[in-house]
Amino acid sequence: MSANNVLLEVDDLKKHFKVNQGWIASLMESFGSGEPDYVHAVDGVSFELREGETLGLAGESGCGKTTTGMSLVKLHEPTAGDIIYDDKRLSEASDAEIKQFRQNAQMIFQDPFESLNPRMTVYDTVAEPLRIHDIPNETARVQRALEFAELLPAEHYFDQYPHELSGGQRQRVAIARALVLDPDFIVADEPVSMLDVSLRAGVLSLLDRMTEEFGLSVVYISHDLSLLRHMCDRLAIMYMGKIVEKGPTDQIIENPQHPYTQSLINAVPVPDPAVGRERVELQGEVGDVIDIPSGCRFKNRCSEYIGDVCDQVVPPLEQKTEFEQDVACHLYESAEGYDPYEEMGGSPSAAETGEGAESTPADD
Amino acid sequence: MAQEEQSSRSIYTDIDDAGSDEEINKWQRTFRLWRETLKEHWGLLTDELSVKLSMLVVAGFMLIAIFAPFIATHQPLQRQYQGEAGIIIEDWVEPSLLGADTEYLLGTTAEGFDIFSQLIYGTRAALLVGLVAAIFTAGIGTLVGLVAGYYGGKVDDALMRIVDFLYGMPLLPTVIVLVAVLGPDLWNIILALIVLQWRSTARVIRSQSLSLRERPFVKAAEVAGAGDWHIISRHLAPNVLPMTFLYGSFGIAWAILAEAGISFIGLGDPNTVSWGTMLQASRAYSALSFGAWWWFVPPGICIGLLVISGFLIGRGYEEITNPKLQ
Repeated sequence: MSANNVLLEVDDLKKHFKVNQGWIASLMESFGSGEPDYVHAVDGVSFELREGETLGLAGESGCGKTTTGMSLVKLHEPTAGDIIYDDKRLSEASDAEIKQFRQNAQMIFQDPFESLNPRMTVYDTVAEPLRIHDIPNETARVQRALEFAELLPAEHYFDQYPHELSGGQRQRVAIARALVLDPDFIVADEPVSMLDVSLRAGVLSLLDRMTEEFGLSVVYISHDLSLLRHMCDRLAIMYMGKIVEKGPTDQIIENPQHPYTQSLINAVPVPDPAVGRERVELQGEVGDVIDIPSGCRFKNRCSEYIGDVCDQVVPPLEQKTEFEQDVACHLYESAEGYDPYEEMGGSPSAAETGEGAESTPADD
Repeated sequence: MAQEEQSSRSIYTDIDDAGSDEEINKWQRTFRLWRETLKEHWGLLTDELSVKLSMLVVAGFMLIAIFAPFIATHQPLQRQYQGEAGIIIEDWVEPSLLGADTEYLLGTTAEGFDIFSQLIYGTRAALLVGLVAAIFTAGIGTLVGLVAGYYGGKVDDALMRIVDFLYGMPLLPTVIVLVAVLGPDLWNIILALIVLQWRSTARVIRSQSLSLRERPFVKAAEVAGAGDWHIISRHLAPNVLPMTFLYGSFGIAWAILAEAGISFIGLGDPNTVSWGTMLQASRAYSALSFGAWWWFVPPGICIGLLVISGFLIGRGYEEITNPKLQ
C-alpha cells in the first residue's frame, strides 16, 4: 500500500437482473397483473479501493463476485447504489467524465480463448483501446505493453491471430490490452483459472509486477483462496450478493470469523497428508437468489445457527469488538453498539436462549 | 525495475514525452492482412475439385454474359423468318449441330427466334438476377441481423416480428402477386425476391450476433470505451462475414431458380430473354409433344449447371467456415 488515498468507493451497490419471462408476461406486467421476478445478483455491496491496493473478492460460484467486478468497470448499470471514482459519482458523471473513467478502468477476463477477437491480430487487439481514445504513438505504446507482458520480441506477435497463440500467451495479450491505456485500476476476473497450472506462476508474477510498477489498484475476483492470499492486501468474502467478511488478508485467512468464511478456508486442501484437521463441510446449496430469504442469507447452511435473530434480522457488515475485520454475523458483538435484537420487536428471552446455546461468552 | 515506480507512475512516460518516429501505416497494414486472409480462404476453397469445377462454370457463364453481343449469332428477339401470312409461324428449324443444313446452331423456336442467341443472352438475365438479388439479400439480412442481435430488446423484437411476418409468406406465390401488381419487369422480379429472401439471412446473422455480443472480447471492447458502431463494425461484422458470404452464394442459386420459376409461369419480363421465358415459350408451343427437345433442354441444362455450381461453391465455403462439416 503506497498511499491511503481512496481511488474508488463502492456505495451500497445493487444489481438485480430481471428474469426473462417472454413478451406475453412482460405485456401482462405492463397492464398491472403480476410482478416481475428479479435475480438479486449483487445486493448491497460496499467497499473502497485505495490507490496501489490489491483487493480480493472471493466466494463460491453465483455469489455475485463477477457481477460486482463487471459493475466496477461499468459493464452493468447498477440497479441501486453508486460507484464513486475520483470524488465523482458515476451515476451523475458527464459523458466526458465517463470516457475518462473508461480510460482508467480496465478488466482482465477469465477465459483467454474468449476474450480476444479471433479475427483480430495481436497488434489490433492491443491497439484498439488507444484508437478508441485517440492516443498518439500507437505503435510504440503497443510494443511497450507487449514487452511488459513478456511477449518478446513484440514485433513477432504483431501479426499473429489468437488461434496461433497458447493460452498463456493469450492471457498476456489480454493483460497488455488492459495495460496499454495506463489505467488506474484493473478488475481481474479469475485471471489464471483457465490456464494450465504450469503457466499460472508466470502470469501471476506478471500480474504482481503489474501492480508494483504501474502503481495500480487491482480487484482480483477468484474462488481460489490460496491465490488471493498470495496476491491481495485485503479480502472481501461474498455470499449470495453480500459481503459477509472484509478485512486484511492475513487476518481473514488465519483467523476467519464468519461461519461461511471458516468453511471456505477449511475447504482449501493442505499439501500435507499428516495434517489432520476438523472438516466443516458446507451442507446444502446456495439459497434462492430470486426469492431472498429473510434474515441472514447463510442461516440454512450455518453450523452456528442461533435461532430467531438469524431468521429475522439481516446482519449488517460492521466492525466487531473482538477483531480487526468487518463481519456480517450476529455471533459477534457490534463495535458500534448495534443491537439486532431490538429489531426483532423486543423478545430478549429468545436472544438469551439463542446466545446461551452458543459458545461465545465474550458477547455477554 | 521496481525503482522506476517512484520516479514515474507510467511506463509510457518517455514515449509520450519524446514521441516516436516509428508508426505502422494503418491502411497498408489493414490491406496486407485482408489480402493474406483472402489468399488463405481462396487457397482452401480451390483445394477441392468440385469447387474448382464450379468456379470454372460460373466464370465461363460470366464471360458469356459479358461478351454476349459478340458470341450470339443473331438478335435474340428478332424473327428469323416470316410465315406466309405474316402471322406467327408454328414451324421450327432443326439445329445445325445435329447435321441440319441451316445457319442456326441450336435451331430456332416456333416463333422463329434463334435458340443459341437466346441462350447466350439468357445468361445475362440469370446472372443479373442472381448477383443483384444475392448481394442485396445478404447485405440487408446481415445489417438487420447485426442490429437486432446487438441491440436486442425492443429493436430485436420489432425487427424479428417483421421477419416472422415475411416467413409467413410463401416465396413463389408472393413473388407472383408482387410481380403481377408491379408489372412483369426483370427489376420487379429482383425486387420481389430481395423483399422475401433477406429473412433467412437476418435470422441466422441475428442468432450469431446474439451469442457474439455476450463474448468477453466484446465486453473488453466495451470496457475500453468502444461505442455501438465500433463494436458492430469491428467485432461483430468480421465474425459473421463468412456466414454472410455463405448465404450470399446460396442466394445466387435460389434467386436464379425463383426467376426461372416465375418466368416459366408466364410472369417473366416479355422484353428480356431469360432461360425461364425460353422454357415458358417452349411449353406454350408444346415443344415437348412435337419432339422439339432442342428448344427446352439447353436452357434447362444451363439453369441446372449454374444453380448446382452456386450450391457447390457455397457448400465448399461452408466447410471452411464450419470445420465440423469436413
